[in-house]
Amino acid sequence: MSPHRPPEPVQVIKQRRDAALQALVSAVPYIGFLGLHFDRRGDELTAVMPFDEKLIGNPELPALHGGATAAFLEVTAVIGLAWAHYWPQFESGVLDPEAVAGGQLPRLPKTIGITVDYLRSGLPRDAYARAEVTRSGRRYASVRVEAWQDNRTRPIAQATAHFRMPLPPRDTPQGEGAA
Amino acid sequence: MDETQALEIARQFISSLPHARALGMSVVRIGPGRATFSMPYDERLIGDPETGVMSGGAVSALLDTTCGAAVMSHPEMAGLTATLDLRIDYMRPAVPGQALRAEAECTHVTRSVAFVRARALDDDDDNPVATAAGAFTFTKREDMA
Repeated sequence: MSPHRPPEPVQVIKQRRDAALQALVSAVPYIGFLGLHFDRRGDELTAVMPFDEKLIGNPELPALHGGATAAFLEVTAVIGLAWAHYWPQFESGVLDPEAVAGGQLPRLPKTIGITVDYLRSGLPRDAYARAEVTRSGRRYASVRVEAWQDNRTRPIAQATAHFRMPLPPRDTPQGEGAA
Repeated sequence: MDETQALEIARQFISSLPHARALGMSVVRIGPGRATFSMPYDERLIGDPETGVMSGGAVSALLDTTCGAAVMSHPEMAGLTATLDLRIDYMRPAVPGQALRAEAECTHVTRSVAFVRARALDDDDDNPVATAAGAFTFTKREDMA
């Protein structure tokens, strides 16, 4: 953070951030099962759930399964929160994306509770979601997350979730965490 | 409708839901206004790679499906249902390797809404993994006396 250091080349920054995100996301098997991926713009993430036959609940309508929608929202909230939580440590180099990809995963927040509101029937096409950390403390955090399909202004579902934050590792000087 | 018939209908219902099938869900018991479904432990559903605990999302899907089936099996139900809202509290992580079972019950129905409560259990029957409370769309049969 020294003001005398020249800024990093853009490709170095991009590569580090994408690797960090990829390491976090690919570690969770369920994200792969749902077929999700995350688009990143700076520190902002948009989760994408590409349409797949196995996400269908009612084949007659057809509509996305409420459980798939709930899972999409919850996973988006967990990753969004972990991303916001660990971002400063990835940026400062405390967490190394390669080490994380190699299995040294930082702990993920644990869901305490989630309330999902189903606003519109989920259509058989791609869905998108964004999470917003509304409160981030040392022990607890709250996240609001919204999913939409064709129109950003016509969400298909929204949720509020509360999380227990992972305890900082005892043996690092950053123990109090980059909250 | 006798019990085996109801069970058979519920089995057909669940196998017609691609997402329920993808998660390996099966019917344990059904109706009236109640349902018990189970879902095997599956490494593809892991949410916490460090502990091997299944993702909350998969638990949500099981609870949502079971609640929906409880609504569908209600004797006064005419038509299909959709989730309006679902609140889930996670009490503890599900034990890796154990199947999950969800038990749901309609606690009240109006002409247009069914209220449902459910819990998710692993092998420890006394300590639920999660509980759920939801509201589902409901269409009351008009021919009921």
